Amino acid sequence: MVVRVQTDLFDAGAELNSFAQNRTNVGAVVSFIGVVRDTKGDLSEMQIEHYPGMTERAIGKIVEEAVTRWGLVDAMVIHRHGNLKPGAPIMMVATAAAHRAAAFEAADFLMDYLKSRAPFWKKEITSSGADWVAAKDEDEIALNRW
Amino acid sequence: MNVMYFAWVRERIGVPQEEVETDAATVNDLIAELRAREDRYDAAFADVSALRVALDQELSDFDAPLNGVKEVAFFPPMTGG
Repeated sequence: MVVRVQTDLFDAGAELNSFAQNRTNVGAVVSFIGVVRDTKGDLSEMQIEHYPGMTERAIGKIVEEAVTRWGLVDAMVIHRHGNLKPGAPIMMVATAAAHRAAAFEAADFLMDYLKSRAPFWKKEITSSGADWVAAKDEDEIALNRW
Repeated sequence: MNVMYFAWVRERIGVPQEEVETDAATVNDLIAELRAREDRYDAAFADVSALRVALDQELSDFDAPLNGVKEVAFFPPMTGG
């Protein structure tokens, strides 16, 4: 299990290769990369704040639940904070399982929970000012799927 | 106890954290004490439904007891991922 919270850019390809290699009991590796999106064409920066200590604990608990529930062989979460430019990778999730259904479902679960239960807050800096990104009702509703 | 604020709650109150001397029994009692202090607290806690609370780094409820708690954090709903 890997949980990393960092400001630095990560190399998604290298991380995925290192996560997937040298495994003989895994039939499926699924990965997801979240990227800073410029929704209206005026985003100069996304500032991501987090709660050091709680962030690692909260992500760790979510990952442990995914590993137990889907019988994963391994799981990885890397999440950045600090000031990120449009197009920059924010976070990455990878799951490794015997079969693909478990790997896909567990990755989906991880994404839903990281969105609403990991203590990060996003602020968009645009040409018209700075605004905190509001949590969406559908993100909370998405948790009921699980 | 150590009281922490994140995102717009931090901006509205003006500090990321502070040491608070209190005998408040629950989170709601602590909020009532803070709101009585100054307008900036009153404004930040005006709509508690827009806030979340963590006790010793675990998500909790506003009616949760504070005995033994060392760190209380207030913040808006999280936007990770």
